[in-house]
Amino acid sequence: MSLSTDGDSSEETPNLLSPRRHLLFVGRRGVVASTVSTALVLLVIIGLLYFAPGGVRVRASYFNLHDMWVAWNGDPSKGILAIRDGIWTNVWMFLVSEVLVLLFGLALAWTRITKSAVLLPFRVLATAYSDIFRGVPVLLVMFLVGFGLPALYSNLATVPPPVFGVITLTLSYSAYVSEVFRAGILSVPNGQLLAARSLGLTQSSTMRRIILPQAVRTVIPPLLNDFISLQKDTVLVSVIGGVEIARSAQIYQSTVFNESGLVLAAGFFLLLTIPMTRLTDLLIARDRERRLAAAR
Amino acid sequence: MTSVVLELNDVAKRFGDVDVLKGVSLTLSRHEVVCLIGASGSGKSTLLRCANLLESVDGGTVSLFGQSLGDPRVNGDLVRRHVGMVFQSFNLFPHLSVLENVLVGPVRALKRKRSDAHDEALQLLERIGLRDRADEYPDRLSGGQQQRVAIVRSLAMKPALLLLDEVTSALDPSLVGEVLDLLRDLAASGTTMLIATHEMNFARDVAHQVVYLDGGVLVEQGTPDELFNNPQHESTKQFLKRVR
Repeated sequence: MSLSTDGDSSEETPNLLSPRRHLLFVGRRGVVASTVSTALVLLVIIGLLYFAPGGVRVRASYFNLHDMWVAWNGDPSKGILAIRDGIWTNVWMFLVSEVLVLLFGLALAWTRITKSAVLLPFRVLATAYSDIFRGVPVLLVMFLVGFGLPALYSNLATVPPPVFGVITLTLSYSAYVSEVFRAGILSVPNGQLLAARSLGLTQSSTMRRIILPQAVRTVIPPLLNDFISLQKDTVLVSVIGGVEIARSAQIYQSTVFNESGLVLAAGFFLLLTIPMTRLTDLLIARDRERRLAAAR
Repeated sequence: MTSVVLELNDVAKRFGDVDVLKGVSLTLSRHEVVCLIGASGSGKSTLLRCANLLESVDGGTVSLFGQSLGDPRVNGDLVRRHVGMVFQSFNLFPHLSVLENVLVGPVRALKRKRSDAHDEALQLLERIGLRDRADEYPDRLSGGQQQRVAIVRSLAMKPALLLLDEVTSALDPSLVGEVLDLLRDLAASGTTMLIATHEMNFARDVAHQVVYLDGGVLVEQGTPDELFNNPQHESTKQFLKRVR
């Protein structure tokens, strides 16, 4: 048997061109094709919503600009709270929670990774903690913290619900974020640790100067992912009486029987989270490029 | 200061069920270069790591400058400030510039003033011809350049002993020479070194003593002339035949 690659002995030049029908999607024609297909898909989606049997009713009760305006500004005479005031509760809640989650999550991750004998009880606690708070739904934690803490210490009864909200989000999300940090720290090659220790750096110096700076780079995308989720979960504070954007929209809905305020609230969250998602995607892409460049 | 830098006495080490070192004894004096040769898995790397307390021993003693490292009062971090180590895979810190890689030991471990350490670091980089690359990141350098920076990073600590773990094994053949030349310079200037290597010609040139390890046992030790030209043990002969 011959091992020659020249399988067919014919002298014909092989054909390297696409079949004609594929050329529809090449070059400038490709732009036309993608525009047409995008327009078609959009038309179908809009049509499905617009011409649905309940289309008129849904447009009036979910997408009514007038109702959105009233819900946005509130109406004290009817006891309707302004969505634009509620927003700030969500914003400061997630800003404070995110900082606390970063600090607490890192501390947890560190505790779980160090091999110090003194920290053994904390290591066990940290493991149990992350098992528990990753396992229990945030909504339930919100109830337990919001009603449980004031029951434990009655002088906490006057603390505004969003503070309990921040505590809840910090407790729950730290458990997730600690796992992200832990994965990031463990992803740093062991040789880095050996090299740092061989220079006589202490364990904590090695962690601070060598391991963490490298770990943080890899964890930023998954971290932002958890933060997007955290931002949305600020609405859960409404179940323990916190007045925030979703609660305001819901008050409007139950007073006027119009859901446009809820749609407005949803739009607000998109406004917040979409830039964050884009940023996350960008960072992931850049990180990938950096790794590919390093491999070359 | 006593002239004996490192003394291993009947050192044993096991990982799980595997005996990696089975009673190795070895002495290294000041200004001496000892090369460890032997197949992969013969215990060369483990032996080096026992010498700077990256690993603890399960039997026997390791002494540095006449002090037993088995003493519980011995601080591993302080030991490693006097014993440099260079690795097969360089292990430069990718998030730090070349200069910062060289500075991190003196500044962070020895707590020296950055301005003092800075000039010395630049001199060291000058010595390996990489001063103009000081502000670049390691991944911009070739493997040979990275390994030379790694060696200089260890030298910045002014170690009394330098441990080198197959430092040319990860390099393209064309880049091995520049690293070995640097090590020859160091040997000529009296640096005390314990070198695990597969480069037999280099070992022959540079070593005062060559040690052949097989399966965690020190089979044979001698001057390069004795070991390479007149090996006594059958396994040494076989090994040298294979690598030649």
